[in-house]
Amino acid sequence: MSTTTTTPARSRAWMPDLHVLGPILALVALVLIGIALNPNFLSVANLTNVLARSAFIGIIAVGMTFVIAAGGLDLSVGSMAAFIAGLTILAMNTILPSMGAGIAVIGVGVLIALAAGLIAGAINGLLVTRAGIEAFIVTLGTMGIYRSLVTWLADGGTLSLDFALREIYRPVYYGGVAGVSWPIIVFALVAIAGEVVMRHTAFGRHCAAIGSNETVARYSTVAVNRVKTLTYVLLGLLVGVAVVMYVPRLGSASAATGLLWELEAIAAVIIGGTVLKGGFGRVWGTVVGVLILSLIGNILNLTDMVSPYLNGAIQGVIIILAVVLQRKGTAG
Amino acid sequence: MTAALALHGVSKAFGPIEVLHGVDFALHPGEVHALIGENGAGKSTMMKILGGYIPATGGEVRLDGKAVRFASSDAAETAGVVMIHQEFNLAEYLSVEQNVFLGRELRRGWLLDHRAMQARTSELMDTLEAGVAPTARVSRISVPQKQMVEIAKALSRDVRVLIMDEPTAVLTGAEAEVLFKQIRRLRDEGAAILFTSHKLDEVKGIADRVTVLRDGAVVSHGEAGEFTEDTMATAMVGREMSDLFPSKRAGGDEIVLEARGITVPGRVEDASLTLRRGEILGIGGLVGAGRTELVEGIVGLRPRTGEVRLNGEALPADAAEARRRGLVYLTEDRKGAGLLMEKSLRENLTLSVLHRFARPLIDRKAEEAALTEAIRDYDIRAPRRDMKVGNLSGGNQQKLLLAKTMLADPDVVVIDEPTRGIDIGTKSQIYDLIHRLAGEGRSVIVISSEMPELIGLASRVYVMHAGRIAGELAGQDVTEDRIIRLATGLGGDREKAA
Repeated sequence: MSTTTTTPARSRAWMPDLHVLGPILALVALVLIGIALNPNFLSVANLTNVLARSAFIGIIAVGMTFVIAAGGLDLSVGSMAAFIAGLTILAMNTILPSMGAGIAVIGVGVLIALAAGLIAGAINGLLVTRAGIEAFIVTLGTMGIYRSLVTWLADGGTLSLDFALREIYRPVYYGGVAGVSWPIIVFALVAIAGEVVMRHTAFGRHCAAIGSNETVARYSTVAVNRVKTLTYVLLGLLVGVAVVMYVPRLGSASAATGLLWELEAIAAVIIGGTVLKGGFGRVWGTVVGVLILSLIGNILNLTDMVSPYLNGAIQGVIIILAVVLQRKGTAG
Repeated sequence: MTAALALHGVSKAFGPIEVLHGVDFALHPGEVHALIGENGAGKSTMMKILGGYIPATGGEVRLDGKAVRFASSDAAETAGVVMIHQEFNLAEYLSVEQNVFLGRELRRGWLLDHRAMQARTSELMDTLEAGVAPTARVSRISVPQKQMVEIAKALSRDVRVLIMDEPTAVLTGAEAEVLFKQIRRLRDEGAAILFTSHKLDEVKGIADRVTVLRDGAVVSHGEAGEFTEDTMATAMVGREMSDLFPSKRAGGDEIVLEARGITVPGRVEDASLTLRRGEILGIGGLVGAGRTELVEGIVGLRPRTGEVRLNGEALPADAAEARRRGLVYLTEDRKGAGLLMEKSLRENLTLSVLHRFARPLIDRKAEEAALTEAIRDYDIRAPRRDMKVGNLSGGNQQKLLLAKTMLADPDVVVIDEPTRGIDIGTKSQIYDLIHRLAGEGRSVIVISSEMPELIGLASRVYVMHAGRIAGELAGQDVTEDRIIRLATGLGGDREKAA
């Protein structure tokens, strides 16, 4: 009966918001540059290659978005990926004689990779929440531990998957459905699920609330420690998924596997518009960030105007630029 | 004799609200002057104007008889006017010595003269009997010791006028005595000292002169000898009750919440209380008396020992469990613990009970409907529904916080400082809302530093002093005078408990 004076929620007026538009514009610009510089850029083979290679970082970066949105950070994911890859290869090689070369061995390997990711993530999460150690310190520590463990497992060299298994496992990276390769499909599924969880579930909302102000979240009876731990567990699990897709590509793991993946993943998250200090996460932005980073490398490889060795420098400039633009967006 | 520092017709307004009205005040060399008054009377504002922290809106500040306008607190300190704040202003991770000389480091050529600074600091800490090494890190020392470091900082300067905002609030009796010894020494050296305290026995003991502030105006001043603790208390209170408040509401007989022997380490000692259905219960006391800590302990937001029974059943120290069972707490710290300033109204409103809107994806339509209802029921005036909460006015933030808290549909609500920093119109709305809650059969605990609020709302009041419940007042006994006596450790038989 009573009339409300406030207008009902208007559909969000279209407004040029640098925050939202920036990463997309950058991606479009890169694509245009790519087309202009090399006609092969748009070929299915090239795009498939770029997307499949970026899938590992992409899958991890989706998980990283949750950790960062909740005010955390995980530096260990690259080392964790290498360690899990080594562990999985070692395990599959070990059970091969008793089970024989077959899908079953691969299945066990996949389960081991996922379980190891889950456990490694839980260790990070519990050290941050239960022991109350800063995320930076905890994951800096575990980063060193996993890198050292994989080097030790490989005895300083390379762990290689048995050839009989490689042939069976290969299609997981190189195969696909309707011309789209599996890594791309898995990346897309993870990204879509991530976007839905972040924007439309209590878990995603709680992550942003904790990153925004942990005290407010606690006083609002949000299970702060549980949610924070779960972000690390989710990230660990996704590292496991990335490893499952990665192992069939080269069939090996060494001390150099997954090197600097953590920084690429964090960079993708930041370029995508998620704030490093937490409080807000944008999964689709992260996907755009991953694409931007891998397109830069791809374009440099396709042209000879700029040395590919400058890839890192250009990525660095983009990261800094993204944050500068974001800050301007907030201030304005 | 010319006053060292004086105010002539000074007024101060924050936005449209004037908090000081034409105050005349003089502080003379060689005197200890006590400034007393209720919370919100304008004591801190007045001190900050004297100390150069904020400018006056009207009137003038005179230093040695000449009008001055301190550009900053630095300018005031250069002129020998030093202020010690209620909240510490120390760099937690620096040492005591580094803090004492922060910004005025002694040098020998290009390098810091550590030896001289340490020697001076250790001398100062010795005279203050603080028992702290100059090299100790400030984050590791106790709260009273921090207070002593602040005082050492002031003493290390050439102080002509020393202004202290409740310096003894965190000190024990013995520690306060040491401080008073130093204050007397400074006074005998000719310094002018101004301090505030809620402990009237202290005021009586140390002050030479007393000024009483009420509602932003000086209501009484004179030699300390002319005052007794009683006349001071009366002068502080002496206010007519307005009709801001609906008529009082007593509770039924049924006890809904019972806390026995609650102890929150370092904050609350052995406190017990009961709450009846439909009752509005008050908890009074000075800031820092342990009121917030007590209820946070009861609700489970702080570690505590002791027993809590909600509707007859034991309640563990777990805030989420308390919420599920119908006990919620509305924080006094709106910005720090109540609302996410960077988020929208909708996200803030549903945060505590998001599970009710998730099936498993959040039903945004239901959220919007809840917001529409909250805006109507709590009269939240937001220019735009999708704006950030940080851009709402304080009053509307408070109404949103109330709506958020009530969305959990609680049986028992604890409201901490329901009207802090809110204009008078919104205040009366919030009082009506609180009454409505009680009328619906819910039980409400109101914590407040504002005496009229406690008296106007609550039919029964517990008053806390120094971490303990100093007394319980009911019916006709709920008066400003009785509350102030208990809160300042005057009345009741447990006054010496601290």
